[in-house]
Amino acid sequence: MPHRLPVDVSTIPQKFRAPSNAATAGIAVEAERVNVVVVGHVDHGKSTFVGRLLHDTGSLPDGKIEQVKKAAEAEGMSFEYAFLLDALLEEQEQNITIDTTRIYFHTKKRKYAIIDAPGHREFLKNMITGASSAAAAFLLIDASEGVQDQTRRHAFLLSLLGIRQIVVLVNKMDLAGYSQERYAKIVAEYTAFLSGLGIKPAHFIPISARNGVNIVSKASETPWYTGPAVAEALDNFEAAETSDAQPLRLPLQDIYRYDERRLYAGRIDAGKLKVGDKLVFNPGNKAATIKSLETWNAPDKTEASIGESVTLTFNEQIFVERGNIGAPADKAPLVGQSIRARVFWLGKNPLRQQTTYKLRLTTQESACVVSSISRVIDSSTLDTVTSPEGHALQVNRFEVADLTLRTHKPVAFDAHDDCTVTGRFVIMEDSHIVGGGIILVSDEERRALANNVQAHHGDINHTTRAARNGHPGTVVWLTGLSGSGKSTIAAALERRLFQSGKQVYWLDGDNLRLGLNAGLGFSDADRAENIRRTAEVSRLFADAGIITIVSLISPTRDARDAARKRIGAGKFVEVYVNAPVDVCRTRDPKGLYAKADAGAIPQFTGVSAPYEAPLSPEVELLTDKLSVDACVEKIVEALHGASDFVAEI
Amino acid sequence: MDHLDKLEANSVYLLREAVANFDSICMPWSMGKDSNVLIWLARKAFGGKVPFQLLHIDTTYEFDEMYEFRDWASKWHGLDLVIRKNEEALKRGISYETHDALTVTQELKSVPLKATIAEFKWQALITGVRRDEDPTRAKERYFSPRNADSEWDYRDQPPEFWGQFTTRLKPGEHIRVQPLLDWTELDIWLYIRRENIPVPSLYFAKDGKRYRSMGCKPVTHPVESDAATIDDIIEELRHTKTSERAGRAAQDNASRNAMQHLRAKGFF
Repeated sequence: MPHRLPVDVSTIPQKFRAPSNAATAGIAVEAERVNVVVVGHVDHGKSTFVGRLLHDTGSLPDGKIEQVKKAAEAEGMSFEYAFLLDALLEEQEQNITIDTTRIYFHTKKRKYAIIDAPGHREFLKNMITGASSAAAAFLLIDASEGVQDQTRRHAFLLSLLGIRQIVVLVNKMDLAGYSQERYAKIVAEYTAFLSGLGIKPAHFIPISARNGVNIVSKASETPWYTGPAVAEALDNFEAAETSDAQPLRLPLQDIYRYDERRLYAGRIDAGKLKVGDKLVFNPGNKAATIKSLETWNAPDKTEASIGESVTLTFNEQIFVERGNIGAPADKAPLVGQSIRARVFWLGKNPLRQQTTYKLRLTTQESACVVSSISRVIDSSTLDTVTSPEGHALQVNRFEVADLTLRTHKPVAFDAHDDCTVTGRFVIMEDSHIVGGGIILVSDEERRALANNVQAHHGDINHTTRAARNGHPGTVVWLTGLSGSGKSTIAAALERRLFQSGKQVYWLDGDNLRLGLNAGLGFSDADRAENIRRTAEVSRLFADAGIITIVSLISPTRDARDAARKRIGAGKFVEVYVNAPVDVCRTRDPKGLYAKADAGAIPQFTGVSAPYEAPLSPEVELLTDKLSVDACVEKIVEALHGASDFVAEI
Repeated sequence: MDHLDKLEANSVYLLREAVANFDSICMPWSMGKDSNVLIWLARKAFGGKVPFQLLHIDTTYEFDEMYEFRDWASKWHGLDLVIRKNEEALKRGISYETHDALTVTQELKSVPLKATIAEFKWQALITGVRRDEDPTRAKERYFSPRNADSEWDYRDQPPEFWGQFTTRLKPGEHIRVQPLLDWTELDIWLYIRRENIPVPSLYFAKDGKRYRSMGCKPVTHPVESDAATIDDIIEELRHTKTSERAGRAAQDNASRNAMQHLRAKGFF
């Protein structure tokens, strides 16, 4: 293939070839450039600080200060270091940074791009744009004003953006008389706040950006300060993480077809690959072996790692598309349609449940809806936000929320803790990015997803079944001590409902232990699993349209609440079958109390293990006072009253 | 990966995102060093071929060598090149001899650019804009939306982070895709040296002067320099404290914040 060969320099006319100088020629490897962002509350002096840093490190072009001074004077304004950065007229006139800017400079050690981010709340999207590409951050606090809204909000966002290296600069110390007491107070307050976010700053430094105190070297104004000056702290930051130790993640950007050849293009977001590696692409689970790594005007390659943009060919022809993520077969990403995440919201419209947005995760795109919001957080205080009574929870601009998204098609992803780039996404509304999220995955979710388990739903649902049966599927959950009367009432209730033409089935705890739960004992863990499985089976029965009666001691509130949550509040009728333990003991239909008293049954509820009575059951039956028929009638009444119980029984 | 490898990989990623997201794309080509690097990066990204159209807006004031370079390089790279002039303005007598630099730039560059975008219905323009060129460019996005009048709403730019960009268009909008934003002038020359990229000879010093940035002949002046080779240029840039566009002050500094006004109206 001719285009794979290096360019033949002899085909370039001499005139258009860059002349070289053999004496100083050579492959000069440029030092790494580290991106550092400067954030903090509006007017706390970020741009002034950056201007000062440039000036004091000798990084400004000749005559730049004079030029800016002259321009400022012509407009009747006095010179500010911030003018070196705030290039827009509006920025200079209002003395405020509107958009993020990036300045290159270097210390003796290495090169930097300093990103000056706006501190005004209105321009938070610009702060995030700037900060997202940084390896480290300077967070400025005005010594007189102290910790403010954006001081806290920016720290929260830095933590969501994954920026862990932070140096806090307590600025305008000149206006605070270089007071050690004032400085110590801010350090104490802010340290406490940051620790709530899991952030431990590398240093706090007292500075005066305007006067150049503690910028490039330690100043005499703060003899009590023993830490480094800003320039030294800067040189101590570590460059961005580039370890290729994680499993490969190669999101496909595109496929180029040249004649018979197919070139697969993408950037390696984690790990490494080499010719001969077998990759599996997800969603879709398509496998292929790497045949070659294509290059143009560069030596042939056989391997590549994190950060490289690669072009691959495969031994087999596979049908994959943009968005599929290539990974090792044994370390594939998770694939699913339900994503739990912590999301920050920038949209002018609030983020609402059941509204359709677009999710973008690496090069994947899918429509999505927010299926539930579990918590909304004020990003400047970390307080939980509640909605007005009667209003569904929504996420307003600048708030952060823990929520679950449901995507229209399967998406490949990782937990953010496992792989940063495939563990985060943005949300789009119309043409704009309106939010970003990092993905949270519990061990249980991971187990289900790792086995490629996905929910599928046909056209026939709970409502269609209810319409045919004349009643919805529901779970009647009888809980109480052994001998309290659960089985007796369950049998009578089943008979009563069956005779009135209802779809009904009784799931007895003992019966389940003979089959489905035969492998489980009576330890706390086994009991919890027994209840979980019973809840799951009853959920399926109810979903199939059946009124499902469960009789199970189920002694803990947690386990019953989990069952209620799993089955759904409107479909769960909790019945507390309540009889004093002495009454149960005298009934003792299975002779269990006698055995337990003799020590033959360890962990026997009511004897050697606790029973946590329901706090607000739908029905409570005092079986030492009520007849069986009366108990059944109370349950039927409750079924009529259940929120989505539509038909007469 | 060294510093140049990282810059190259990110630019290739951006070019591929542009091609994956837009059906019709154009790359304005000034024949200057930056846009020649951009062509090179496109060939890296797409297996040796440039998969989109190139555009030269001819003000008729280019240096002779730039025309010569254009005609040779478009064949050598195998480019699909569109050339346009604002014939109407030229007929009206718009010229550097009779008008100020701002007016001429507006009439002979920005106006025909806008017209050609409308003619070809390009959804995206790939530019060679770099953040270190001037302070307004330092505030640019990788994917920057422009309205039907090519205007840049610098007061309200969309956020972009985590490799996700604005790629949906509102009616009449186009997107400026800017793969060289993170590169500096020094990076450009280091890369030209590493890759042997062809460039016009005007950049190299003759008789103690060289051009650092190319534009229209009447408003582009050489700077004092003895850098006759690419290695000399690299050495010079490591120590310089004068700005890259010092030789183009007639256009850039026509008024306070002239560049902001020019760029808000569609100039690159």
